[in-house]
Amino acid sequence: MVELIIDDVTVSVEEGATLLQAARAAGAEIPTLCYFEGLNEIGACRVCVVEVEGEDRLSAACNTAARPGMRVRTDTERVREARMAALQLILSQHDLNCAYCTRDGTCRLQKLLLAYDLIERDELFDMVTEAPSPYAKQLVRGKRSQWKAQAPIQRRTNLCVKCGRCVAACKRLEGIGVWDFVGSGAASNVGVRNGSYMKAEGCVACGQCITHCPTGALSERDDIQLLRDAIADPDVTTVAQIAPATRTSWGVGLGAEEGALPVERMAAALKKLGVDYVFDTSFSADLTIMEEATELLHVLAERAPDENGVVWPMFTSCCPAWVTHVKNAHPDVLDRLSTAKSPMMMFGAVAKTWFAQKRGLDPARVFSVALMPCTAKKTEVKLPMAANEGVFDMDASLTTRELQRLIRDAGVDVAALEDVPLDDPLGSYTGAGVIFGTTGGVMEAALRSAHCFVTGSVPADPEGFAFSPAGAGRPWKEASFDLAGTRVRCAVASGLANAGKLLDAIRAGEAAYEFVEVMACPSGCAGGGGQPIDGTDRELGLERGQVLRGIDRTVTSLRYSHENPVIKVLYEEFLGDPCGERAHQLLHVDHRAKG
Amino acid sequence: MSRLTIETRAVDAAGHERLSALAGARLAALPPEQCPVDLTVSLTRLYLSESCGKCTPCRVGLAQCAAIMDRILAGEGKPADVDVLRKTAQVVYDSADCAIGFEAGRTLLAALDSFAGDFASHVEDDFCTRTVSAFAPCRATCPAHIDIPGYLACVRAGRDVDALRVIRNDNPLPTVCGYVCEHPCEINCRRALVDSSVNICGIKRYAADNAPAYDPPACAPATGKRVSIVGGGPAGLSAAYYLALMGHDVTVYDQREKLGGMVRYGIPDYRLPQDKLDADVDFVLRTGVKVVSGCAVGTDVPFSEVSSGSDAVYLSIGAHLDKKLGCEGEDAAGVMSAVTFLRAAGAGAPVDLAGKRVCVVGGGNVAMDCTRTARRLGAASVECVYRRRIADMTALPEEIEEAQAEGCQITQLEAPVRIEADAAGRVVALITQPQIIGAVGRGGRPAPRAASVSEHRIACDVVIVAIGQAIDVAAFEGAVKTEWGCIVANEDGSISQTPGLFAGGDAVSGPSTVIKAIAAGKVAAANIDVALGFSHDVHDEVDVPPAHFPLGPTGRVELRCVPFAQAATTFDLAKLGMSAEEAFQETSRCLRCDHHGFGATCRKEELAW
Repeated sequence: MVELIIDDVTVSVEEGATLLQAARAAGAEIPTLCYFEGLNEIGACRVCVVEVEGEDRLSAACNTAARPGMRVRTDTERVREARMAALQLILSQHDLNCAYCTRDGTCRLQKLLLAYDLIERDELFDMVTEAPSPYAKQLVRGKRSQWKAQAPIQRRTNLCVKCGRCVAACKRLEGIGVWDFVGSGAASNVGVRNGSYMKAEGCVACGQCITHCPTGALSERDDIQLLRDAIADPDVTTVAQIAPATRTSWGVGLGAEEGALPVERMAAALKKLGVDYVFDTSFSADLTIMEEATELLHVLAERAPDENGVVWPMFTSCCPAWVTHVKNAHPDVLDRLSTAKSPMMMFGAVAKTWFAQKRGLDPARVFSVALMPCTAKKTEVKLPMAANEGVFDMDASLTTRELQRLIRDAGVDVAALEDVPLDDPLGSYTGAGVIFGTTGGVMEAALRSAHCFVTGSVPADPEGFAFSPAGAGRPWKEASFDLAGTRVRCAVASGLANAGKLLDAIRAGEAAYEFVEVMACPSGCAGGGGQPIDGTDRELGLERGQVLRGIDRTVTSLRYSHENPVIKVLYEEFLGDPCGERAHQLLHVDHRAKG
Repeated sequence: MSRLTIETRAVDAAGHERLSALAGARLAALPPEQCPVDLTVSLTRLYLSESCGKCTPCRVGLAQCAAIMDRILAGEGKPADVDVLRKTAQVVYDSADCAIGFEAGRTLLAALDSFAGDFASHVEDDFCTRTVSAFAPCRATCPAHIDIPGYLACVRAGRDVDALRVIRNDNPLPTVCGYVCEHPCEINCRRALVDSSVNICGIKRYAADNAPAYDPPACAPATGKRVSIVGGGPAGLSAAYYLALMGHDVTVYDQREKLGGMVRYGIPDYRLPQDKLDADVDFVLRTGVKVVSGCAVGTDVPFSEVSSGSDAVYLSIGAHLDKKLGCEGEDAAGVMSAVTFLRAAGAGAPVDLAGKRVCVVGGGNVAMDCTRTARRLGAASVECVYRRRIADMTALPEEIEEAQAEGCQITQLEAPVRIEADAAGRVVALITQPQIIGAVGRGGRPAPRAASVSEHRIACDVVIVAIGQAIDVAAFEGAVKTEWGCIVANEDGSISQTPGLFAGGDAVSGPSTVIKAIAAGKVAAANIDVALGFSHDVHDEVDVPPAHFPLGPTGRVELRCVPFAQAATTFDLAKLGMSAEEAFQETSRCLRCDHHGFGATCRKEELAW
């Protein structure tokens, strides 16, 4: 332990702790902007500077190690002036336009500027204005400030504070490094590595850069207007599907006390907005399990080593960022991906075939929109996998944040709405489908059903598939199960950097599995790149995922995908057998197909 | 794919090196008249370009400082801007993460401190107080403002006498300076922007060595005014020369047998042979200057007698007193001052050092002179002991290197503590306390402090103390005031409380360079002439060759040294002059800044003083 004195308070902290951590232990509030614990501790913004006795200059609290006997002051005039100046300087290069910014209210910079009286909010007009500044505005113009309009990730240079969080998120969470510090001196900026395009640098559109951005510099492409146009068109039927993870947090900032509002409330809101049918992606998650569990049993029967002697497991394919990443970076894994479409795409295929036929709708006049915790889905909806010739299965995918904006802009009071049940038939779901939205959920749901398929019996405890916790050297969870005499070794990884380490271990023969689940976002879809940002600079995926676990345990009575009654009907009426010909045609995808 | 690859130097890395070398040369040769505000904004932008951009204070702070200074330079500055500038610079210094940022902040703060008046003038009056000198940079920087491009051009044209005539318009001792000048003219030489400064001093020596004897210009008609000059060193000789040309009756009093002062009795012959000095002294005397040698004013003749018989008096008594170490044992036999030691050698009666172990204490040029002289006097060993590092020595680097090459030991970071003597009172050792170099002090030099190790004992027979000289003003008290041990004189050389009395050289400035003493003598001559009621123009008009096309990037000619083993045994010249071929090439490197650039605005009549 290290003992030091912060603002006259003696604290004892772990060896290796920073001054920021020590200050928090001592109850001293130090503002931070670029800092994100465990991810970005580079001391870039200089807002967290403190005075260390005996040092001529100030030190960044976020990345200065606490040393025994240090005397630190966090509250001197010199410290205040330096913080104030840092904020003023950042503001001088910030295109302050809070009223039009998606991050109004959750922006870290806005919070600090308000705290230091450098900006003021006019409550009457809800406008934010700048206090007089000694510095002239220096905004970037020209090509550097422009962005490719159709990219799923959008960037506004003049809102960027160069904190480097997106750089760290992409490099360290996803192991890709699309973002980088580019240029030098006055022209230094954050941009796509090598001055290239996002796609060329391997962007999978996971959106983690957005959720880690302290300001509105990064955001998803706004596709709200597509839905508005569809709703406004009387000849078009709008069909919405709600992804499991969106229900964990969609109420954040919508006037609800908790982010987790029931999906039936969201149905009410969407209906109010004019959506014709509101369904649940959990339904097609159950459908995915039918296909994937069946596929897994086939794969288990036919496994053989590849030319390098590696016996590959089957990988889940419901995360589009992961699938894209495999195509970009791990071509040797491509044929090991489950061919099952993601639940969203399966839903799209079923909605514009079985459902459309049932309702007598022209698939070309159905607008199918997904409400997703995900930005990568915006890319996935345009992948070539249409059930109907010339008609995309999905028309748009909006993030949870876009959904919130849609609701807010329409002035819908979520708290005042009565819950509305989801529509038939695609609103039927099981707990297995719901846990798709959290890490390990796909794996668990598949194992639940696979167990039943093989043994013909329901396991005593549907949650009996316990995983060993992730370790530092092995940042993934693993478990081994006995499926009627067949050993199934499973692994679950979230974050593509962790997935990369898992793949390396498999290739090196240091690890072997039969079934692996990968999600690009930390803790799975609940921590997705399209999820609401609360401005607290924490990873939220794990606690949001617990909401889904709770629904699985307490809300739904059905906890096995194959028990979903509509799924049964769908196969009987339309699809035939899981992984059968029709199912294969509609619900599976050739990952090598070119669009 | 390989884990690591051998990195070859990228093409653009070479480009960076080239650019920084060029920029470094430009900064080193920065014209001193540059507008400090303009310079500071340029430096700020330069520093900003070095920023990686990670941290706010450096990336944005410097950009905003530059923007504010741009506003100020555009005449749109407000007094508050300077405060914001200072505050921002302080924040950049306080909170930038690395030296790129915080040192930029420090530079800005230094600029604001050093040039507060310039910033204020720009902000309040939208006016820059700086004017660029119409002189070429070498001429502007030379204390005597010699027309350097002019005489270089004469040498290039093979007109060595004309070269000396040009020099003597501002400096009557061209030979002395050709050998021992510290050549500040080369610091700002614009040629450094192309490759490196012109070897101006070497060319001057070439001219002095090669020009045939010629006569001084005719003196102006006698004015009947008597001027007495006390001290025949470079300041006194310079004043005497110009005053004589002006037609005044000049008498130089000197306490030594021969004229030249410290140049004769302080500078060893291997740097400046006696006959070379004699040539310059003779030239001065040929103008009719009278000499009373071996006569110490105040001792051999009362100062009042000298002053009462003169219309004006110039005190150029130099700095000939020793400075003491002030340590135990300094009175032992075998301890002597640098002044005493060098004077004896200069007077032809050197101290016998054969077989002796010699320690020289000090780190200036005088210490090097003592060290190398001791070597030549047959000392068994010579060790120069300095309390700072070699890099901190004020001696010219070439002097240090040559001393080392001649077999002298230069010992750094040893501070003398006391001198050990035997029962007979003779030096047996110098005791020193090893030092460690420490923090940089206010003066910009790192200060040494005692290291945590025990004292060293350097066994020796002779200790020469070369830690500076002082001025002996005892004979003139009442007539002059002193401050910090120097005579207080006005900028024009006059002494406020005594009309008709002037002073200059080391006696006023403290121990300094020959060229500064010459400049002081020239200033005194001009102002004494005015004080006597005249305004003589002693300019010797020389038709300077027209500007030539300078050579493209070309190496600088350096003077060759005599083989060190040979040089260390004699008092013969240690350095060889340029050949005619070298002198032509070196003069051809001159960019003729008197013709090109702002020098073109300098009218000929402005050249005379």
